[in-house]
Amino acid sequence: MKSVTQPAVQNAGNAGAGARQERISVSAMIAKFRELGLLAFIILMSLGVQLRNPSFLTWENINDIATNTAILAILSVGMMLVIITRGIDLSIGATLALSGMVAAFTVKQMPDMHPLLVLAIGIGVGLLCGMVLGVLVAWVNILPIIATLGMMNVFRGLTFETSGGKWVSAHQMPASFKEIATGSLLGINNLIAIAIVIYIAAYYFVSYTRTGRRIYAIGSNPDSAVISGIRTGRILWLVYTVMGGLAGLAGVLWVSKFASAQGDTASGYELSVIAACVLGGVSIAGGVGKISGIILGSILLGILNNAMPMINVSPFWQMFIQGSIILIAVLINAMVKRGLDRNNLMRRKI
Amino acid sequence: MAKTEYVLELNGITKVFPGVKALNDVYFKLRPGEIHALMGENGAGKSTFIKVITGVYSPDGGEMYLDGEKVEFRHPTDAQKRGIAAIYQHVTCYPDLSVTENIFMGHEKVQRGTGRISWKEMHEEAGRLLKELGAAFSPKTVMGALSVAEQQIVEIAKALSVDAKIIIMDEPTAALTKNESEELYRITERLRDKGAAIIFISHRFEDMYRLASKVTVFRDAKYIGTWNVDEISNHDLIIAMVGREISQLFPKKDALLGDELLRLDSLGRTGYFADVSFTLRRGEILGLTGLVGAGRTEVCQTLFGIEKPDKGRIHYKGKPLQLRNPRDAMRHGIGYLPEDRQKQGLVLQWGIGRNVSLPTLEKFAVQGAINSRKELETAKSLAEKVNVKAKSVFDLVSSLSGGNQQKVVFAKLLNAELDVLILDEPTKGVDVGAKSAIYEMISDLACSGYGVIFVSSEMPEIIGMCDRVAVMREGRITAMLDREGLTQEAILSASMDGATGEEASA
Amino acid sequence: MEPRVIASKKEFTLKGLFLQWEWLLVLLMMAVFILNMNLSEYFLDYNNLRDATMGFLDKAFIVLPMVFIILMGDIDISVGSIVALSSVIMADLYNHGVPMELAVVICLAVGALCGWINGMLIVRFKELSSVIVTLATMIIYRGIAYILLEDQASGNFPSWFKFLGWDYVGGIPFILIAFALAVAIFAYLLHKTTFGRKVYAIGNNPTAALYSGVRVDRIKVIVFTLAGLMAAVTALFLTSRMGSTRPNIATGYELEVIAMVVLGGVSTAGGKGRMIGAILAVFLIGFLRYGLGLVNVSAQSLLIILGLLLIVAVAIPQLKMRVGAGRKTT
Repeated sequence: MKSVTQPAVQNAGNAGAGARQERISVSAMIAKFRELGLLAFIILMSLGVQLRNPSFLTWENINDIATNTAILAILSVGMMLVIITRGIDLSIGATLALSGMVAAFTVKQMPDMHPLLVLAIGIGVGLLCGMVLGVLVAWVNILPIIATLGMMNVFRGLTFETSGGKWVSAHQMPASFKEIATGSLLGINNLIAIAIVIYIAAYYFVSYTRTGRRIYAIGSNPDSAVISGIRTGRILWLVYTVMGGLAGLAGVLWVSKFASAQGDTASGYELSVIAACVLGGVSIAGGVGKISGIILGSILLGILNNAMPMINVSPFWQMFIQGSIILIAVLINAMVKRGLDRNNLMRRKI
Repeated sequence: MAKTEYVLELNGITKVFPGVKALNDVYFKLRPGEIHALMGENGAGKSTFIKVITGVYSPDGGEMYLDGEKVEFRHPTDAQKRGIAAIYQHVTCYPDLSVTENIFMGHEKVQRGTGRISWKEMHEEAGRLLKELGAAFSPKTVMGALSVAEQQIVEIAKALSVDAKIIIMDEPTAALTKNESEELYRITERLRDKGAAIIFISHRFEDMYRLASKVTVFRDAKYIGTWNVDEISNHDLIIAMVGREISQLFPKKDALLGDELLRLDSLGRTGYFADVSFTLRRGEILGLTGLVGAGRTEVCQTLFGIEKPDKGRIHYKGKPLQLRNPRDAMRHGIGYLPEDRQKQGLVLQWGIGRNVSLPTLEKFAVQGAINSRKELETAKSLAEKVNVKAKSVFDLVSSLSGGNQQKVVFAKLLNAELDVLILDEPTKGVDVGAKSAIYEMISDLACSGYGVIFVSSEMPEIIGMCDRVAVMREGRITAMLDREGLTQEAILSASMDGATGEEASA
Repeated sequence: MEPRVIASKKEFTLKGLFLQWEWLLVLLMMAVFILNMNLSEYFLDYNNLRDATMGFLDKAFIVLPMVFIILMGDIDISVGSIVALSSVIMADLYNHGVPMELAVVICLAVGALCGWINGMLIVRFKELSSVIVTLATMIIYRGIAYILLEDQASGNFPSWFKFLGWDYVGGIPFILIAFALAVAIFAYLLHKTTFGRKVYAIGNNPTAALYSGVRVDRIKVIVFTLAGLMAAVTALFLTSRMGSTRPNIATGYELEVIAMVVLGGVSTAGGKGRMIGAILAVFLIGFLRYGLGLVNVSAQSLLIILGLLLIVAVAIPQLKMRVGAGRKTT
């Protein structure tokens, strides 16, 4: 409408639009530079903690943070895929505990078993859990929240049943098993090495395979996905199965690292994983989520968990802080999205 | 079956949804290199027909032949593999993904052997297609950031990318300006010259005359006939589509115009419409027309308090009006019959009675407790008044035909004390009989003192029913036509023409 | 066209009377009774059964508003945390010298406030689902409880406070009377009032409800606030019963409450279900729990049973629909 002369109202409108443009570009910036922002925040926070407690940035502690973060990061990959399809999985803490417990019991009975086989058993249990969930969500059409809430209790109950309410503690585990977590591969701690391998695989999967891209398509617009001929059910099932498999893997790693398997292992850990995802910019509304985002989200959360005790934050604050992080992160994600949508509207010619 | 001259042939296709026959024994034949127009009013079954061809729905009866070979599609990919592509009326995109991905979703280019997606190749191919279509945006743009017209181009690129033998275009021009339509015609013809067979669905006559050599008409889910375009007169075609002479359809009575009810002063909402000003008087039927996406529905929703305006003022009965929500609007006396009655107008799982009483529940309640006898009696008398075909007020509205469903929505409005009725596409997906009943109702309502805003894209009913017509284009009112100056040409030029060419690329 | 006559009275059919989910629950209830009678001779005893209700009815108060929430197609998984938070605040205030009567009122206010916050977040940020909002507040509310009480227990309530959870009025447990009263109010609200009708409308089609002049946001906020309030009522009874409170009380209540609601025939897709079903489910699960407890089935096995019950309860209608739809299209 450039050629048409506009009345004063329009000019006033343009002025208003200009002012708004300013604010909008902030959300556009956040969207664009989210990873950089997270990175900057991580660095600043680390420096701040370091000032309060010089033992924070020691090699030992950094290693500790990294190994702790590795498990969280592995689970975040699966959770990201689930959330991208507009789902959520509350059962992973229980899946993790169940496969950890099964693995621990197996090595208790058969101390000579090869660690790789133990890993396979744990992953197998996790996959099984995930498959069941996948069927419930993809084909029985149960809402993910309900299905995972229900199965969370089933898995948790099974964990207690498996152990008969007892622990499997460090002295019942062979050294070879504990070395899964403490050993290293080419000088890198196993946990970290496994996480790196999984991230590379996941990056390839979501960026360079059809199935990976279709996960995004389903989340972005489920109706279109059907019209495009995407087999929605299969992909949903796959996503929950992958999540289960990763939780199974994490279960073995967890039990190996902490050298104990208990009935309430990792209870509530799914919340940390969800927090890492939303911090990393994975949209609860589906269709959006980047590998680079969840790495940073996991690292940030890992550092936070490590740093809080170091600067004498009471452990009883931890839950509140974690919940606030989730809430604030999803609110910011929502506002950024609104800003971007508004930005797109402003671009329209009228 | 022997070799045939038809690339696609459908015999006696029937598709039933709970309560409705969406397609009833329809036939269709398509030759290679042909542009075949499929015409019919809204709700005639065109969209269902496409979804049958593309394998989204499987038919409940009838056969389909591709190159003489009988086929049964179980899944959209089956149709895709056989070279059938569709450009849907409502753009079906993935807003979070890039243009390239939108184009190639479902048939991504991958490296042979490894199955790795070749992004470079896909981006290049997408860029080439977009360039060919005259688009100025990059294939790496996120789909959600594009305008509707731009998204439509992506849809076309999608069909081009599969080298489809059969391309179905469902109302592709509905949201396009004249220049954009011209561009689309050009592309369509080029596709035909390359040997593709094209099914072009539209209810615009210009599209058909400009492009098609054959035309098939559906009406009320039934097959009416197929003609050569140069052998059928405009008049006969309308009768085929509508089912009777147009002039019999509109019982427009001259109403006495009363006080001014509504006055809009350069109302605007960012991204949707701007500078919208008009007035509405008692007894008046004000038409609001224009292309799909011109901002008509958005104006209505703002008048009904669903969205808030960013600019301008609304005066109602001489006083400034600010609406917080639809309930506020209804309390003031503004009612809205939404465009999509199944999603916005009705609770499909409910009976007629509950639907009718929902907006005015308080009338049947003492201290919040519902008096069901009073509720059902009122619902009964209202349903009878608008002549809903049903046995009892407990009949589920999902079991009613489109026309009867629409009557139920009307009944909802009649029970509220309203002065302004905003009717958004009130005859969409309604059979001919119900249509004329609805026209009569609208005319009576205007005579009894309502001010009516009548939104429609169907030219005949706008011309037949309205006292004045506001035409919108790209969010602005481009013409205000009186009943005397009301012609198809005047409306068309106001809704489609204009200096849009250089802006489309901007 | 001649004017048509439309009936305004419902035809009575036997099919309509008997083909209802609630009958299934009644059958299940009978099964539970028979099972429990065979498992333990102590089960079928009036006094035992009566006292059993005192053990499981506390969370039933949340079931009532949860029916509304799930009917609207939403969910609230923060209710267990609200119970904990309001209980902890009440105990903390009392032990800091606030009169118990006032502490009780504040407990209710805290619950309502928590629910109100949930509701406001959900209607202000429509792009977030109630799942994620209440997931976040679930952690936050319990987090606050931990901040206040750390890993301590707090109690020493005045003796009259024990009345709520332990006493009888005319031979009937007070909690049962209170619950009956609450049921009457909520059932009336849902089935007889304009408010309830609007809740059903929102659950079936929120857009159509909005376009029909229903103030969807307002109703959602009210319902979530009610859920918070009833969670606080649960906190009162539970705290009274236990005699003291900890930040980790009522963990997992959300699962049990949601299980009761969906087992009661309320569809998670929204818009379908009745109060009576949920009430039956409360007693069904309650007595099942009680009976299995008598024969020392572990709490963990109960978890498994509860989880499976929830899954089966939602799966049945889905599968039924699928079979029905399959028959129509083929």
